[in-house]
Amino acid sequence: MDNLNFIYPEIFISISIMFLLILGVFKKKSSSLISNLSILALFGALVLIFNYPTNTNLEIFHGDYKIDFISSYMKILTILSGIFVLITSSKFLKIFKIFQIEYPILILCSILGMFVMISSNDLIVFYIGLELQSLALYVLASFNRDHTKSSEAGLKYFVLSALSSGLLLYGCSLIYGFTGTTNFDEISIIMNNNQYGLTFGIVFILVGLAFKISAVPFHMWAPDVYEGSPTSVTLFFAVAPKIAALTVFIRFLYVPFINVIEQWQLIIVFLSVGSMVFGAIAAIGQKNLKRLIAYSSIGHMGYALAGLCTGTIEGVQSSVLYISIYLVMNFGFFSCLFMLKRNNIYHEDIDDLSGLSKNHPLIALSLLIILFSLAGIPPLAGFFAKFYIFKAVLEQSMYYLAIIGLLSTVIAAFYYLRIVKIMYFDSEKGKYDTDYSLGLRFTLTLTTILILFYFIYPSKLIEIVSKINII
Amino acid sequence: MDFPILSSLILLPSIGALFLLFANESTTKSRQTIKYVALFVAFVNFFISIYLWNLFDKSTFEFQFIEEKQWLKGFINYKVGVDGISILFIILTTFITPLCIISVNNSIKSRIKDFLIAILVMESLMIGVFCSLDLVVFYLFFEGGLIPMFLIIGIWGGDRRVYSAFKFFLYTLLGSVLMLIAIIVIYLTSGTTDVVKLYEIGIDSNFQNLLWLAFFSSFAVKTPMWPVHTWLPDAHVEAPTAGSVLLAAILLKMAGYGFLRFSIGLFPIASELFTPLIYFLSLIAIIYTSLVALMQEDMKKLVAYSSVAHMGFVTLGIFTFKQQGLEGSIIQMISHGLVSAALFLLVGVVYDRIHSRLIETYGGLVSVMPKYSILLMIFTLAAIGLPGTSGFIGEFLILMGVFQDSFLVATIASLGVILGAAYMLWLYKRVIFGKLINNDLLKISDLDKSELFILVSLALPTLFFGFYPEPLLNTIEVSVSNLIEIYNYNLNISGNNNG
Repeated sequence: MDNLNFIYPEIFISISIMFLLILGVFKKKSSSLISNLSILALFGALVLIFNYPTNTNLEIFHGDYKIDFISSYMKILTILSGIFVLITSSKFLKIFKIFQIEYPILILCSILGMFVMISSNDLIVFYIGLELQSLALYVLASFNRDHTKSSEAGLKYFVLSALSSGLLLYGCSLIYGFTGTTNFDEISIIMNNNQYGLTFGIVFILVGLAFKISAVPFHMWAPDVYEGSPTSVTLFFAVAPKIAALTVFIRFLYVPFINVIEQWQLIIVFLSVGSMVFGAIAAIGQKNLKRLIAYSSIGHMGYALAGLCTGTIEGVQSSVLYISIYLVMNFGFFSCLFMLKRNNIYHEDIDDLSGLSKNHPLIALSLLIILFSLAGIPPLAGFFAKFYIFKAVLEQSMYYLAIIGLLSTVIAAFYYLRIVKIMYFDSEKGKYDTDYSLGLRFTLTLTTILILFYFIYPSKLIEIVSKINII
Repeated sequence: MDFPILSSLILLPSIGALFLLFANESTTKSRQTIKYVALFVAFVNFFISIYLWNLFDKSTFEFQFIEEKQWLKGFINYKVGVDGISILFIILTTFITPLCIISVNNSIKSRIKDFLIAILVMESLMIGVFCSLDLVVFYLFFEGGLIPMFLIIGIWGGDRRVYSAFKFFLYTLLGSVLMLIAIIVIYLTSGTTDVVKLYEIGIDSNFQNLLWLAFFSSFAVKTPMWPVHTWLPDAHVEAPTAGSVLLAAILLKMAGYGFLRFSIGLFPIASELFTPLIYFLSLIAIIYTSLVALMQEDMKKLVAYSSVAHMGFVTLGIFTFKQQGLEGSIIQMISHGLVSAALFLLVGVVYDRIHSRLIETYGGLVSVMPKYSILLMIFTLAAIGLPGTSGFIGEFLILMGVFQDSFLVATIASLGVILGAAYMLWLYKRVIFGKLINNDLLKISDLDKSELFILVSLALPTLFFGFYPEPLLNTIEVSVSNLIEIYNYNLNISGNNNG
């Protein structure tokens, strides 16, 4: 029973979900209330996580569940993304007439799943978490159910995700077959270099995980699902599952399989290079902003994986730093997307940004800063994220990876510049509505300021991230 | 030194820009106010930099006004400081910026506020480049300049502005990312990116060649050297006058400064090894672009190509590793900063009135624009390098340095001087003299007060330093000889290690 003391955040969120469900059933038209209460629940979980001492390093439930610094950090990121999604999306959902009680509850469910994934130290626990978050996400993707594209997105995500889950499970069973255990720590003790079957297991699990973070060549679902889902769900897709999957990546590669790094390093390098290059090139031809950000996120995951393939703790830290800054940039970008509303219709084509700088100079300026940051131009935050990745990569003398990565930033710069061009150089179109909600204004201002002024005091985040120690 | 004078120089324009951001520019009056505010900030910065020059101790080669703060913890410190070389570039920057702002009156028609913000941010970044003493800090400022310049070319440029802006951005970014890899490698091999410390410990000779090439790829694009100069004519032609002035006068100097500060001091062995390459590329730049300039029909393009040729002299001088060559290069850069700025402004003056940059449109301007003709004469002669102008001092010293190294190279470079005279004088003849055929030109008005002010304030230092270059030489002398000493010293230790 002592173990329960350490999973208060998870328990708290579960109870909140049940309570909110019941409340939703008995109280009609309570969507706003439930949405607000969900935000409150997330804040509650945040407080509970902050309650852990920072040097906690616990293995509970027979070593199957781990509470350490990286799990707390990633959980905080997940909660923050949940909070931002909820505070920015209510207006959007109302206009689409899909502001229902299930929406915040599903988000809470998937966050709970992510918590389990992040803390899992065992293949089965990890799989349960993964399925919980995925099931919630299938429904969220098709949340705008009267809309064909949204239903298509949900179905597509479900079919492909089920396939990858199958591969993942098969990998788990192979690993179990060759080691006789599902616990990460025990696997790492039994690990033996000569077992080829085990390598197969690793490959299958990596495929499943690569699918979740949409790394090339398992990215095919991303553009369609991003485009089809309601924008607020796209935002959630773009950040939260990636945080959880990246954590599992880290734990999976660095706890049981760090000694067979030569077996998996090349796979990760391949995923990383493929994502960086493909993400950069495929985004050039896009016309829809959501599709574009899908390809851009594929590229960004490539950079995060580049940090992971180094096999060093610095590499892991740089990946975590990267995903944290990526999160902030995406919030900013999507807040701008939410602001492109005219007569209750949301516009999401790149051409709709035409001349934005004349009608809405401040939004255009924020978007400009966010885009240049996504492109990794100094002195904005995105540059530091890339800088640390490449530092970790070069420390391992992987020059080719650094050169490919940096060259693809140049290619990627092109499509970010194209958006800037359309905003700043082209002639203006009609004005957009200016009745932004407070949450939206707050998010955009905060993210822009964070990105723009990050360079003044970059040490704090790095200091926090450098506490991560998983081995 | 307690007061962080360099950081305030860097920050002040940006703070000014931040103020402007929230200003309202709906009425003519408020636009005027915005301009005055920007001008005020730029002038204050200019006076601070003059004050800095006053405080500056010319007798020592040590970096002065050093500020060091912890920045990326345990890894990189924010470090700025100036020596004799960088202080001149800082003054050039703070001197040119207010002139740019004054020139905005005629050349920029829309979105003046945004333009001034871009210019002020640009100034901050450029000053940052010239006084940063850490490679990462340098890179930050060096690359950051791309953003405002991209906007300046793209928003206020001519017809092909989008193409030029993209070309400018992607070319320079491509050049620079390799430099970023090199910087990280330097950190990993030497354990620091502090330039002063790196001067002392030197860089592993096994890495030098590749690192030098990586830095070269960035600086060569920005200089620009042949064959990666092609972005420059496009960018210049399409940029608004004030943008061209900034680009030619200061941005191009960042690369020359980079060669001086980093390539020579940090990679002496590689620099020595690659000197023939630089000579070769510089000579091609001088001869080839001069010939290209000769055939241009567009005045602005002609001046742009002449910039490439002049920068060819600069790189030539830097890689002589001789006192005269280096001093000549620095003076040539300062002088080119003044002269090319003036030439672009002069082209801008007639463009604002007639809206044509084609040389054939003009002819016989001397009878309608006497003041203009005199000033264009002064700057044409300065561009040629006539004795009595600052251009002469630079070219003369460079050629002296090159002569000590190689007779052949110096001879070919001297041919470039003759070609330079040819295209500039021919341009002058076609624009100013001859018959006044175009009827539009009859109504053209001569320079107005603000234009006259800008051009005269550029002409005065050009002539003054042409007759009396002592203040400049005095400032850089000790730093340059120290740089050469560092170069020789590092060459020797690395050589010994190899042997």
